[in-house]
Amino acid sequence: MIGKASSSMEAVPRRMTPARYLSRHKYLYLLLLPGIAYFIVFQYVPMYGVIIAFKDFSFMKGILGSEWVGFDNFRYMFGLDDFYRVFWNSLYLSLLKLVFVFPVPVILALLLNEIRRMAFKRVTQTVIYLPHFISWVVIAGIMVNFLSPSWGVVNLVLKNLGFEPVFFLASTHYFRPIIVLSSIWKDAGWDTIIYLAAIASVNTELYEAALMDGANRFRRIWHVTLPGIRSTIVILLVLRIGQILNNGFEQIYIFQNSNNKTVSEVFETYTYSVGLLSGRFSFATTVGLFNSLIGMILLYLAHLFSKKIGEDGIW
Amino acid sequence: MKRRAVDDWIVGGISYTAITVFAALCLIPLLYVISYSVMNYSDYLANPFRLIPPRLDFSAYRQLYHFDLFYSGYRTTLIITVVGTLLTIFLLLISAYPLTKAYLKGRKAILSFIVFTMLFNGGLIPNYLLIKWLGLYNNLWALILPGIISVFNLLLMINFIKASIPEALEEAAIIDGANEIQVLFRVIAPLSKPALATFTIFAAVGYWNSYFAATLYISDRELWPLQVVLRELVVEDNMGMLNSSSQLLELSTRSHTFTLKMAAIVVSMLPILVVYPFFQRYFIKGMLLGSVKG
Repeated sequence: MIGKASSSMEAVPRRMTPARYLSRHKYLYLLLLPGIAYFIVFQYVPMYGVIIAFKDFSFMKGILGSEWVGFDNFRYMFGLDDFYRVFWNSLYLSLLKLVFVFPVPVILALLLNEIRRMAFKRVTQTVIYLPHFISWVVIAGIMVNFLSPSWGVVNLVLKNLGFEPVFFLASTHYFRPIIVLSSIWKDAGWDTIIYLAAIASVNTELYEAALMDGANRFRRIWHVTLPGIRSTIVILLVLRIGQILNNGFEQIYIFQNSNNKTVSEVFETYTYSVGLLSGRFSFATTVGLFNSLIGMILLYLAHLFSKKIGEDGIW
Repeated sequence: MKRRAVDDWIVGGISYTAITVFAALCLIPLLYVISYSVMNYSDYLANPFRLIPPRLDFSAYRQLYHFDLFYSGYRTTLIITVVGTLLTIFLLLISAYPLTKAYLKGRKAILSFIVFTMLFNGGLIPNYLLIKWLGLYNNLWALILPGIISVFNLLLMINFIKASIPEALEEAAIIDGANEIQVLFRVIAPLSKPALATFTIFAAVGYWNSYFAATLYISDRELWPLQVVLRELVVEDNMGMLNSSSQLLELSTRSHTFTLKMAAIVVSMLPILVVYPFFQRYFIKGMLLGSVKG
């Protein structure tokens, strides 16, 4: 067996038949079986279900029995006012997050990096990672009750100061700020981890060189640290842009109500509402498919763009 | 020399201040929730800004006892968290190990097959139809199985094994007569503890906090996970729904339920808050393992 032991770690000679190869490495393939089964059942089978978008799906008839309608569902969707409202809501919200939420962890990481006292750094890091582990239900629960017009602390204080209570959550004006701020609260601290890792890998000699050239601390951050993490920032930015129409069901749904629907209905919640609540499966699938395809195209464009500006692509 | 020192001070000052403010903003709402949950409601109304309650009032927690759905919610969430996390780790281990073997035929194809699912997804409706078709509607497996293998984590795991576990150890085990499965569980698994610890934390927290899948697939209230129950209570303000015998509800006006809601939030967060300081050190290492390598 000793001679065979080392050969099982090397490449197998091509002369072996598939059956022999499979039996030689049967355990490895066996180990892969559950995983592959998972991907087939829970990822690829639903992909097949996407053809409902091209059919007039009826539960009774099932997927195969429903009639083909070609692009009718798409034509219908592009003629719908609601669709464009949802599209705009999704895009706008995502852009707001890109502008206001995306830079926060970068800035925090840069600032954290300047902290010298290790104890302070460790304690504050522990604290700022915590919100990431809090569920959206809890976050919304806190915000809903703190912002409540009748018993919320914010409005109680406003009333004491002589102001009228503000119906934060029922208003279309406050929905987007609430989403943006809650996003920052939940994830900005957590997202510093990856930037801190990138900052740590910047060559320390560059700092010394900058110091010798007379650069002050601020200049060193601007000219050494920031360019040093440029790749990380770009790749994350690019991935983020590939998701520009996605907003995450859980966060939006929990803050959504009938009063703010006109600004809070995004693709995810719209698909849910139209598909599962109204039972219009074909149409909902059409919307979902549109969303996925745009996402793929954007991801690809972002990948090309990042290569163009000299960074590595995504793959 | 003097000018540089001033700049140093400014940057240092800004850093410490900004970080302190941000950390405070992260912590303070949670502290207030805990405080409000043990505060008497009239004390709260008198001065809602106060962080330390003038007197302790646990009536909110006592009221929480009567909410049967809270118990069933907790139970459901515990079940799906434990089963889901164990299964996640198991699947991660057994799927990653074969894919670390460069000589395995079909490895590239399988990897492409798996990675493609990161780019394209069937969407809400097809997934819903699948669950129904599998007979998993109103079944806790519908909350456990979808998404159980994260491609991203799988890639991280593969990277970890390749980078951190020397082949010599595997070869030694094979020389001793072990087959690949035994190598996996006797050599790879124990050495993967840091990575597995990280994945465990993320899987557990993910299951604990999830409510979307239940919204889709569970219509039976008794099977609702904790977050869905919490949502009804704390966000939707839906008291009556949660109590099977309404006589127990002595709450006359809505506002009195405020402290009850705070108590419910505390109880929902409790496991995470308690375990957090302990597992905090694991995930930093784990995250860096992934990001630095690739």
